[in-house]
Amino acid sequence: MTVRLSLPDLLAKAKVIRRHIVMSTTAAASGHPTSSMSATDIVTALYFGGVMRYDAKNPTAPGRDKFILSKGHAAPLLYAILAEAGYFSTDLLPTLRKIGSPLEGHPNYRRLPGVEASTGSLGQGLSIGVGAALAAKLDNFDARTYVLTGDGEVAEGQIWEAVMSAAKYRLDNLVCIIDQNGYQQTGATSDVLDLRPLVPKFEAFGWFAQEINGHDVNEILIAFDKAKHIKGKPSAIVCRTVKGYPIHQMLASDPNHHGKPLTKDEAEQAYAIIG
Amino acid sequence: MKLGKATREAFGLALAQLGETNPDIVVVDGDVGNSTRTELFGKKYPTRFFNVGIAESNLVSVAAGLASSGKRAWLASFAAFVMCNAYDQLRMSVAFPCLDVKVVGTHAGISIGEDGPSQMGIEDVGLACSLPNFTVIVPADEPSTFKAIEALNKMRTPAYLRAGRPNVPIVYEGDFEFQIGKANQLRAGSDLTIIAYGLMIGPVLQAAEELAKTGVQARVLDMHTIKPLDHAAVLAAAKETGRIVVAEEHLLHGGLGSAVAMSVVRQHPVPMRFVGINDTFAESGKPDELLAKYGLTAADIVKAARDLPARK
Repeated sequence: MTVRLSLPDLLAKAKVIRRHIVMSTTAAASGHPTSSMSATDIVTALYFGGVMRYDAKNPTAPGRDKFILSKGHAAPLLYAILAEAGYFSTDLLPTLRKIGSPLEGHPNYRRLPGVEASTGSLGQGLSIGVGAALAAKLDNFDARTYVLTGDGEVAEGQIWEAVMSAAKYRLDNLVCIIDQNGYQQTGATSDVLDLRPLVPKFEAFGWFAQEINGHDVNEILIAFDKAKHIKGKPSAIVCRTVKGYPIHQMLASDPNHHGKPLTKDEAEQAYAIIG
Repeated sequence: MKLGKATREAFGLALAQLGETNPDIVVVDGDVGNSTRTELFGKKYPTRFFNVGIAESNLVSVAAGLASSGKRAWLASFAAFVMCNAYDQLRMSVAFPCLDVKVVGTHAGISIGEDGPSQMGIEDVGLACSLPNFTVIVPADEPSTFKAIEALNKMRTPAYLRAGRPNVPIVYEGDFEFQIGKANQLRAGSDLTIIAYGLMIGPVLQAAEELAKTGVQARVLDMHTIKPLDHAAVLAAAKETGRIVVAEEHLLHGGLGSAVAMSVVRQHPVPMRFVGINDTFAESGKPDELLAKYGLTAADIVKAARDLPARK
C-alpha cells in the first residue's frame, strides 16, 4: 500500500517530522538534528507522497519497497518517519538514545520494525541496497529500494564499489538519494573533500542522475517518478539541501552544527520557525 | 594417510550440491571464484551467482542485502582479503544485524606457499572469533568440509569457514559425526591432549605416533569449531590428561590457543604449550619449507609436548 497525502498535508507532515526531530534530540541531549532536518522533505515525500509501497502492520512483507538510511546518524529522522507511518507509537520518540530504548543513536535492524539495515558506519547502505535490489529481481518482485546517503559519505570508496555493481546488474529498481547539505563533521564538504558535481560522476558509471532542490516537495516527487520510469539503469538523485533547514538562520553562527542537539530554549525557537 | 582434495575444492563441490535443493541460496564472488571454487555453483546456477568484481567491501554488504531480503547468502574470497579488507562490513552489515551470511575464506595459512605473505590469511580465525553472532569453523579434510557445509546450511546465523589451498590427507574415513561446537576425538590418550584444527591435524596425528614410541599417549582433538568452543571437551582434556598442547596454522595471538587457554584457566588450570605462528609474517616458498621454517611440523608439536612439565 502507499500513502499519498495532498501537497498541503505533505508539507504539514514534514513540519510534524521536524518537530519530532527537535523534540527527541533535545530530550536525548545528543544526536544529529541538523543532519536529520536537511533530509526531512525527501524522506517525508518517500513515505507520505505516494512513492513507497509499505505496510507498517506487516513490516517484513515480501516484495515491499525498502528505505535504507545509509547516513545512520540521521536516525532521529528515520524514527520520526516510522512512528508517523505507524510502525510504532510516537510515544517512543522521547526515549531516543536512552538505555533500554530500541531507538538507538544509530539504527538497529534487530530492535525496531521498519529499520531495513543497521547503519552508522558510513558507506555500507548502498551495497546493502544493491543486495536488496538483486533479491527483488530474482524473486520477480516489482519492489524498489531507496538508499539515502550524505554528501560527505560519498567519499567512502565502498559507495563507488556499489555504484559500479548496480550499473553492472542494471538495477533500475534501485535509487540512491544524496542529501547534499554541504557539511560534514569537521566543516564544509567543499573544504574537506569536494566531490561536486556528482551528477556527471554517477552518469559516467552508467547511472541515470538528476539534481534537484531537496526542499521542494514537488521537485522531489517528480524526480522519484522519473526514476521509476527509467529502465535498465539505477537512478541517483542529488538533492541540494540546507543543513538544519528551516532553522539554519537561527544557527547562522555555526552553520554546520553537526551532532549537537538544541537546548530547551533553542528548541522553543525552532518550533516557532518550523510552525 | 591418503591424500584427499583441498578443503576449498570440497567447499565448492558441497556448495554446488546444496544449490540443487536450496533454491534460496545465492553466492556472491569478488572475482576469485575459480580459486575459491564458488565457480562450481556459478556454472550450475548463473542467475543466483553474482561476481561484483574486485571489491570486498561491496561483496560483503551486497551479501547482507540479499540475506535481509530473504536469500541465503554465501560469499567467498581469500581469507586475508575478506577478513582484513572487509572487516567493518562483516561487523556492521552482517554480524550486528545477525544475518544469514556464510563467509568462506580460502587460501588460509602459510601453506599457500609461493604467493607469499600478502595472500596468507594468518589472523582470520582470531578476527572471525571477534565478531559477535558468528560461528567459526575450520574443517580438517575433504569429508569433514562436506559435513561442515551441510551443518552450516542448517543455521540461519552468520558463520565463517576457513578453507585451505593444498590437498590435505583424509582424516575421516567412513561414517563419522560432525556437530558444530563439538570436538571430535581422533586418538585416545591419557598423558596429554593435543588440540588442533584444519591442516595441522595431519602433523598432530604424526606427532602423537612419535610420542607413543616413547610411551607417551596423546589424546588428539579436532577442534573444528573454534566458536562456540567445546568447553566440555577442553575440561575433560585438562582433567583427564593434565597437560595440553594447541597447534594451529595461525598467529598465536587470538587463535584457538587463546580460546582454549581461556577455557582451561577458567575451568581447570593445567600446563599448556602453543604451536603457531609467532608474531611474524611468513615469506614465499614451498608449503613444506614454510611449515618447517615457521615451526608448524610434527617435530615442532613433539617438541612442545616434551617441553611440558611431567604430569604430577
